[in-house]
Amino acid sequence: MLEVRKEYFADERDDNLKEIGKGTQRQDMLGHVTGASTYFNDHKLQGMLHLKVLRSEQPHARLRRIDLTEAERSPGVRRIIRGQDVPRNLNTLLSLINFGIDDEPTLAVDKVRYLGEPIVAVVADTPREAYEAMAKIRVDYEPLPTVFDVEEALKPGAPVVNETYPKNTFTYHERYDHQNLRFGDIERGFAEADHIIEHRYQMSPIEHATTETNGSIAAPDTNGRYIVYTSTQALFFSLDTCAKILDVPSNTFHFVGGTVGGGFGGKVDTLTEPLSILAAMLTGRPVRYVLGREEEMQFASPRGAERIYLKDGVRRDGRIVARKVRAYTDSGAYTRLSSYGVVKCVAHLPGPYTIPNVHGEVFCVFTNRTPATAMRGFGVTAMDFAIECQMDRLAEVVGMDPMEFRILNAYRDGDMKAHRREAKGTALIECVQVAAEKAKWPIREEFRRMSSRQGARAPAAPREERIVIAPARAPASPEPARAYEPPRPAPAPPPQPAPAHGATRFSSVFGARRR
Amino acid sequence: MMIPLQFRHNGRDVALFVDGATNLLTALREQLGDTTPKFGCGQGGCGACTVLIDGASHLSCLTLAASVEGRSVETLESLKDGPRLHPLQKAFMDHFAAQCGYCTPGMLMAAKALLDRNPNPTRTQVVEAISGNICRCTGYEAIIEAVLDAAQQHRASA
Amino acid sequence: MAPLTLRNCATVAEAAAALTNERDARYFGGGTLVMRDVNEGDLSFSALVRTTDRSLARIETTGQRFVLGAGVTYAAVLAERELAFLHPVARSIGGPAVRNMGTIGGNLFAPAPFGDFAAALLALDATVLLQGGYANRETPIEDFLAARERSFGALVLAVSFARPAGPEAFRYRKMARVKPKGGSVVTVAAHLPTSGGRVMGARIAFGSMGATALRAKSAERALEGRPLDAAAISAAANAALEGLSPVDDALASAWYRREVAGVQLRRLLSGDAS
Repeated sequence: MLEVRKEYFADERDDNLKEIGKGTQRQDMLGHVTGASTYFNDHKLQGMLHLKVLRSEQPHARLRRIDLTEAERSPGVRRIIRGQDVPRNLNTLLSLINFGIDDEPTLAVDKVRYLGEPIVAVVADTPREAYEAMAKIRVDYEPLPTVFDVEEALKPGAPVVNETYPKNTFTYHERYDHQNLRFGDIERGFAEADHIIEHRYQMSPIEHATTETNGSIAAPDTNGRYIVYTSTQALFFSLDTCAKILDVPSNTFHFVGGTVGGGFGGKVDTLTEPLSILAAMLTGRPVRYVLGREEEMQFASPRGAERIYLKDGVRRDGRIVARKVRAYTDSGAYTRLSSYGVVKCVAHLPGPYTIPNVHGEVFCVFTNRTPATAMRGFGVTAMDFAIECQMDRLAEVVGMDPMEFRILNAYRDGDMKAHRREAKGTALIECVQVAAEKAKWPIREEFRRMSSRQGARAPAAPREERIVIAPARAPASPEPARAYEPPRPAPAPPPQPAPAHGATRFSSVFGARRR
Repeated sequence: MMIPLQFRHNGRDVALFVDGATNLLTALREQLGDTTPKFGCGQGGCGACTVLIDGASHLSCLTLAASVEGRSVETLESLKDGPRLHPLQKAFMDHFAAQCGYCTPGMLMAAKALLDRNPNPTRTQVVEAISGNICRCTGYEAIIEAVLDAAQQHRASA
Repeated sequence: MAPLTLRNCATVAEAAAALTNERDARYFGGGTLVMRDVNEGDLSFSALVRTTDRSLARIETTGQRFVLGAGVTYAAVLAERELAFLHPVARSIGGPAVRNMGTIGGNLFAPAPFGDFAAALLALDATVLLQGGYANRETPIEDFLAARERSFGALVLAVSFARPAGPEAFRYRKMARVKPKGGSVVTVAAHLPTSGGRVMGARIAFGSMGATALRAKSAERALEGRPLDAAAISAAANAALEGLSPVDDALASAWYRREVAGVQLRRLLSGDAS
């Protein structure tokens, strides 16, 4: 089972571990093995209708005409829903916490921006009747130039994917087209380095591929409310998103969820609930909208692909003195949660290592791909992949063992991080030491004795005076002869009408956590 | 076009009318209210819809409901004996062989199909028996251990 | 478009007639291909034709030719000892549930990256027995595959093939992303009869290297009349791609398939089990 190394950091906590190290049964395990666990689609409602969505066959096109006349007469069709029928047809998920601009339609109106974008929803008595009606819908596309590469999207003259963001990047704090991190003096750092390496890392979009696809069933309830069974990972989030899109008070809805057939971040986008609820409102009947597997792959968000350029300067004694990161997250055609992923990415730089000169620039870029969203540590995991590959390469360049190299460069308590906060509660060194022990990977005695504790760092080897591992600096001092302004705490946003859904600010998104 | 259909569902005789092209998964879930087999892909790739027909594993999403006329269909509902869990169910619990639980009904039926025919499977045979079932959460090890353990428990008590 | 109806037929004759007479009918065998299309909302057919005629499940192994009814499942192949040489093929298809359902007749219609059993049958020079439609009664599988788009109106009754020349003569390997099953990156099957230590009448068939299983005739010619030694194997591997036209799909690019086809053939001919 689990091995617990209580001797580490024993003085920093009480030794009263009652639950750690023991297997604890899930409260729904009995339900899982008996089939009693209820997923959204396990609800059967009388008179339920089926909703299927006609999706864009073009990655980027104007919608010249949508002809529904034949489809509306198709047998079994109860209602066809278009963009004009959606009360508030433009939304972005994080508007609930006042972050971002509404950029994504529930149903496309004049333009489609990715293959698979929803255009029209057909509500019918049976799935096959919905498919038959869909086959009768005529859409006239006027194809537009496409852009699928993050760096191409940022070049002047690139096709504008999403007019809300005309430069194809998300706008932070209403001013900035990317997220920045500056610490020390990167060029001086590189000048001091004995070796400089630069590599490009590229991730693919990754599909969550949960065994249960996204879906929901919405039904009119007895008192003017609607009950919604949903696969969402975020019940309140989805409820408030629907309240906004459908322009009703949030107490109109009773969202029922709880057992999700796999999420991993792929069920936070509230992809199906707005339409299933709207269909229930328009037909007065229960409506089910479940994604098929192909739809789940094409339309439901993946983890966004990231392109990362990492340039590091390292001294021959193994200390990394400069790290420059330029990265692009491919958000696809709309923001969803990618804007937040980029914030996390920058917050994570330069990795768990003390590096005196750090320069980070991360962009949230729009392309004509399926919009990307959260997945398992999004914003962090891809950057970690790049950083750790780079650490191995750096170790090789200086001729050091890669485990020892990490221990040498790891942050320790009291070190100043690139975000101008002192590192606290660090433990990377101990993790690497135990991993090396477990893998029977020999590391030298001096590295086995290193510690994350404050003041435990061996002093850097003496060098000429011009080189200094930069101590903590007062954050507000402006740097001479630089046009760039160091980041300030976010300005107070202009007063806005209180959102009807009552959401409150989530401070860490603004990067200025106040204690 | 509705056609009559009679078969044994978890030991009970049932009779219903199905649309000719309805798949067994839909008939079980929506007409008989047995929601234990799950929809995962509709393509035969995930195994979440696995049921036993005359003791052999089948993918109910690809099976015509009409084709089970006169046959025996078993789903997860049939595993429990009153309040008593089947050794497989108990072993899945003991080994933490589920997280989201969505693949679990299919996994249990695939495992049951194996153990009903081969009470002493090797690990390789267990892996092959569940090779048509996808789990996105557990990484499969706990499931394999659970099936082997259930086989052993069952042999010990037999 | 009409709603989808089901025609249950007691005999193959009835099923064949239904397929011939109804333009938008599709035959439903094991369901592993057709039901997927139904579930995905395929509107190109409005009737499913199915039969419970037991003759489709027959396996004859006693004569000089094997005869397998089109309704024989992969599970049934695996249960038949006389078909041991085909067990690796059957085992590489689907999980156990798919093997209980899928039929070798259906596999003849499977699009790439499926159709592994059809590739094996092509290497065995099988004959396809048909009824109804505009098809001949007995068609060499190569001709059947080339024209199979036009065969939807006919009912495949059975396939037959001669007993392989010897226990080592029939070989098969499948390169899949998800082992031991799944769609194929490259499938290769070979029948290598020998006479006096020399290969005579070799048949090499690739799956997932084109719209249907295809013979690698240049590779076959490279082996003809030669012992199966390193030189011959190299010659065959180098000629593997001629006549093949792989496509990009989610499993592999056409480029990758072209890169590995010769490698897989070389391993197959060398008896490399890896």
